[in-house]
This record gives sequence, C-alpha cells and structure tokens, in this order.
Amino acid sequence: MSQVTYTDHTGASRTVPATVGDSVMETAVRNGVPGIVAECGGSLSCATCHVFVDDADLGNLPAMEEMEDEMLWGAAEDRRDNSRLSCQLKVTDGCDLHVTTPSTQV
Amino acid sequence: MADGLLIIGSSQAGVSLATSLRALGYADPITLLGDENHRPYQRPALSKEWLQGEITNESLMFRTQEYWLEHRIDVLKNERIIRIDKRDDGSGVAHSMSGREFAFDRLALAVGARPRRLLLDGVDLPGVLYLRNADDALELKARVPDVRDVVVIGGGFIGLEAAASLTKMGRSVTLLEAAPRLVPRAVGEQTSAYLLDHHRAAGIDVVLDAEVRRIVARGDRVGGVELADGRVVPADLVLVGVGVLPNTELAESVGLVCDNGVRVDESALASDGVTVAVGDCANLPNPVPGAPDGDRVRFESVNNAVEQAKVAAYAITGRREEYAGIPWFWSNQGALKLQIAGLSSGHDRTLVRADPERGKFSVLYYRGDRILAADCVNHPLDFMAVRAALSKGLSIPYDAAADPSVQLKSVTVEPAALVAD
Repeated sequence: MSQVTYTDHTGASRTVPATVGDSVMETAVRNGVPGIVAECGGSLSCATCHVFVDDADLGNLPAMEEMEDEMLWGAAEDRRDNSRLSCQLKVTDGCDLHVTTPSTQV
Repeated sequence: MADGLLIIGSSQAGVSLATSLRALGYADPITLLGDENHRPYQRPALSKEWLQGEITNESLMFRTQEYWLEHRIDVLKNERIIRIDKRDDGSGVAHSMSGREFAFDRLALAVGARPRRLLLDGVDLPGVLYLRNADDALELKARVPDVRDVVVIGGGFIGLEAAASLTKMGRSVTLLEAAPRLVPRAVGEQTSAYLLDHHRAAGIDVVLDAEVRRIVARGDRVGGVELADGRVVPADLVLVGVGVLPNTELAESVGLVCDNGVRVDESALASDGVTVAVGDCANLPNPVPGAPDGDRVRFESVNNAVEQAKVAAYAITGRREEYAGIPWFWSNQGALKLQIAGLSSGHDRTLVRADPERGKFSVLYYRGDRILAADCVNHPLDFMAVRAALSKGLSIPYDAAADPSVQLKSVTVEPAALVAD
C-alpha cells in the first residue's frame, strides 16, 4: 500500500492512501487536501502544486527535467533545494512519501 | 435556507465554485448538475495527453466520490436543465429534461460554451467531428485507428493541439485556417509565425487563408474538404475547431442581460444582482489593472474559471473580493508548450526573445514602457517572470529585456524606476 503525507505550512498533517501511477498532485487534489492548487491539471504550466519533499525521500525521486526546474523558479513561494512540482512525482508501489506545502501557491 | 445553491454545469467553473464555497465555510446545500454521462472531469487533456493515450480516464476526474460526499456536494450527472422559474429574490426551481425539479435559494450558471458549428454542405456526414467534451473525445479517439488522412478546420488552440496530437499518433494531418496566420485571436503575429514554422516542420500541412467551400463525401461518409480554389483535400476524418459560443439561453430565459455571454459584475453577479455566472459563459469587466473603463471580456480558460469562481464564492458568502491575478493561458501543441501571461490588446511595440539553440521563444508586448503580456514558447522562465511582474504591478524595462540572455526576473523593477530613468 502506498501513501502520501501532506503537511501544511502550519504543521498540520494529513495522510492519504494513494494509487500507484497517480501523481502526488492528483492524490492531493482529488482528496481535497488544501495547499495544492494545480490549476493546469498537471501539464507543467502553472507551478501551483509546489511542494517541499522531506529530505529522507528526496533521493528516491526521479531527477527533475528542465521544464519543471524552470517553472519552479517562478513558484509563488521561493524554491528551496528540496522543492518539486508534485504533478511530476508519481506514486510508486509501497511508497510512503512526506511532503510539505508552501504557505501560498498563487 | 433549505434548498441552498444550485450550480448548473459541472466543469471547471462549476466545480471550482462548489469547492471554493466549502473551503470558505459555506454550509448550505450545494447541488452540482452536469448534463453529461460522466463524473466531473477536466477537459484540457482531451485534445492532448488523453487523446494520445498518455493518461487514463481516472486522472481526468476532479475529485473522488469520497470528497463530494464528505463535503456534502450533491453531484448529479445526466441532468440537462431546460427551464427555470426564478423569483425576484433569486430563488426558484429548475426543471430538467429527465423531469426532475431542483429547487434553489440561489442559482449559479456555469453552463460554458459550445463549439461553433460550420454551416456548409456536408458537415453532417459521419466522420465530421467537433471536440469539446468527453464524448466528442471518445468518438475521435475511437475513430483514429481507422483513419489515415485528417483535415483539421481551424488553426486555434484546439485545432493545433489536436493536429499535433494526431500527427504524433502517425496520422497525416492537413490544417486549414481561414485567417492569414495561426491563432489570430490569442497570439501576436510573431508568435503565429513561430508556431507555423514549428508545425510545418513537425509534418502538419498548414494552409492559411483557406476558404472551405464544402465537405465532400466518399460513399456515405466524409471523404475530403473542398476549398474555394477547387482543390479537394482528402480526409477520412474532419475535425472542426472554429471557436465556441457561450451558452446564454437559460440566462436569457430568466431575463438576465446577455451580450457575448452572461453579463456579470466584478463579483460575478448577473444583472439581477443575485444569480452568479462563472467561466466560459460569463462576460465580465476586464480584470487587468489599467484596462480601459467599461472594457469587457469573456475568457475561455481554466485560470479564469478558477479565479472567477473564487470571486463568486466570496460574493455568495457575503464578501466582496476583487478578481485576483493576471489572466493566463496555456496550450500544449506536440513538443510546444505555449504559455501566455496577460492580455496583449492595446500594445504598441513588441520584443522578441529567442534562443533557437534551446528551442525557446518569447514575445513581450508593451504599451509605451509598460509591459502588458507575453507569449512564451517552451520558455517557462520568461512566462513565470512576466506573470509575476504583472500580478505585482511591477515593470520589466524594454531595453533591459532586449538581451535574451538576461533573466527577466533579475531586471524586474518598481514602475517608479522607469520614470526615474
């Protein structure tokens, strides 16, 4: 079983069971997790699904492509070393991913 | 307040209104009516990732069933409203084609738009398709395996997205555009020229200034498209994407003022002062700071559906909030990611920032020293910088931006700095 834990900027957490193959963004939006807007539905056009990935999980994720990297420079809250766009992070079998959402996405 | 809010239309605007209201703590019942046989889904991918089989049906869904239940949003499909009885206080009853009645304290119209139909001989032949909703997309996708030659009529976003997708899927695509350039309504000439070069190089046979005379049959189905010069372009499938018309019939039937959409104010309130209208069906005051007084716009975009729904949700909960943010648009066309920030109307000069080696291309639009908008192709850094500058009321000086190696974010300044120069 896979799951994603979303912590908002105030520290409140919510763990959501996730379907393998869905993105971390889709898992959040479909279940109504606040803090991820995702206006463009995952087509790498809006940078409103910005998350900070827990350092322990960071190494398990696929590397960023150029488009994601460039979009992150324009995210509403400044990017950090552990920033990713959650639409680009796929849930894998047995994953237990922890991310924190920024205080604003727009 | 037993009946609550009735939202007619369960696409992006309707869904955003319902979810925004619950996020604001609105506690009355919400009924969200869709007229299709599908749970509320997202449309943008239908012409792109979904058509190409890169994503599943499930990934188009806005929310899980559990979300709707938990948030007490009553989502109904297959309910097409055909008549509304509305009282002066904004409450009333809506009647659906299935015979059901939906009483409401307040009404929200998120009824969208429909494809403009071609009025030509042959348009009713099997194999002449439009692409707006999931059923259109399902039909298109089902036909693709049996198709070799495709003619796309219309070189706007939908036409180009579908043409690029179908080309990637191995089909031979001819695209007919009536105007002398591609996407004439939404981008400037330099962007049109860039798109034209790209799509021709990718294998799409683009015909500009195309005057379509009629659709011709082969047997009992579509066989080609005849142009005014007599040439017939062979087609096993014709896809028409020549714009949309706002669905205003219901609004007109209850006496709401309509003019290229349902006329609403800054708070998304229609002319009765109670009913809200959001998304593609709404004609709103131009929200861009500095827009001419009285200027009105009707957007066909996800961004507008989301932002206008937020404003409407505030209005319904008794607050007045200004429409926030700068209009933005995107269109993924094969390998091209086009992103547009702002509205370029009224510009008096443009600036091209091109990096041919990396396939990046942007056009910035200025009126005097003031930046109005940007078309960005595969150039998210420029797009995000212009969008951020516009939404914060900042300036990107023309001369500083002229060097394509300069990061726009690094030359963004307070407007006063321009005067000081």
